[in-house]
Amino acid sequence: MATNTRIILICSGKGGVGKTTLTANLGIALAKKGISTAVLDADFGLRNLDLLLGLENRIIYTAQEVLEESCRLEQALVKHKQQPNLSLLPAGNPRMLDWLKPDDMQRIVSLLSEQFDYVLIDCPAGVEEGFKNAVSASKEAIVVTNPEVSAVRDADRVIGLLNTHGINPIQLVLNRVRPKMIASQEMLSIDDVTDILALPLLGLVIEDEQVIVSTNRGEPLTLNGSKTPAARCYSNIASRLHGEDIPLIDPSKEGSGMRDKLRRLMQTKIF
Amino acid sequence: MTLRDILNKLLRRQEASANTARERLQLVLAHDRTDLSPDLLDQMRREILEVVAKYVEIDIEEGAVSLETEDRMTALVANLPIKRDASGALRTKELTDDSESEPSKEN
Repeated sequence: MATNTRIILICSGKGGVGKTTLTANLGIALAKKGISTAVLDADFGLRNLDLLLGLENRIIYTAQEVLEESCRLEQALVKHKQQPNLSLLPAGNPRMLDWLKPDDMQRIVSLLSEQFDYVLIDCPAGVEEGFKNAVSASKEAIVVTNPEVSAVRDADRVIGLLNTHGINPIQLVLNRVRPKMIASQEMLSIDDVTDILALPLLGLVIEDEQVIVSTNRGEPLTLNGSKTPAARCYSNIASRLHGEDIPLIDPSKEGSGMRDKLRRLMQTKIF
Repeated sequence: MTLRDILNKLLRRQEASANTARERLQLVLAHDRTDLSPDLLDQMRREILEVVAKYVEIDIEEGAVSLETEDRMTALVANLPIKRDASGALRTKELTDDSESEPSKEN
């Protein structure tokens, strides 16, 4: 029995910023390190974690059947074929929207923490019931945001709520960073976002078309040792989460051509 | 100020948008975090000015009350310039008896 299970909520407030993609990639990356990891899809109204992990055809039961004792936890857990250290548990299916309460969520998570070292909870968007249920069962949180005003504003609201629930630590992942736009000062910089939200930065993820390709296939980028920018970012985040000291990728160094050098020169502060 | 800013100024182009985004966010977050609408803030500003004006003579036009945020702290910052007379002394209500300069009647 794992007693020091890390129960981490992955949330953002705003939808579409990359919670589920981060959950899938972190889950795979941690499992690859030999850590037993469960990913819990708390967003069962609009569940997608199964799709990103390529497990959509293997779900038979959900956490609801486990709590009703109509199946055992082992039957509901979907083990990843290539990374058997990773298991997915859907909280429920979209047809049973109203059943889950904070108590239920806490019972599911406490069952999971008996056998896993990490439980990653993919939180639904918004700050209503689904969010409250997921928070009630969590100890730590990763807030995902994009360098866009709407995403940062929603992240701020969520951080306030996490604080009132005593979630600690809360760390930030800045997703979909576009180095060229930051260089031309048309996008909030990393420092802008961390200053405004005042959270420690767990990592950033560079915008990368390969993320879409990997979701098309249902194979997270971290699964097959891909070396694309986003894959490196996700692996680094998993390592940092696990306590390894890995320097941040510097987005301004991601390009090395003449144009990139000129861009860097243009953003040098003169006074 | 960066090279790009200078170039933009010289070419009379619009300022790069990241700065605007940061400033807009800081303002909207200050309001989000306090749950104060601009209307309520304005009302509070007027009342604070009235109270302060009872004790010292302030420049009502110059007075500003705003919300500022740093880290996760939000502060209400009031900037109320106090008028000085020719001798350089602060003009408090006790010192100034000339009723023409009083902005409002006290009761």
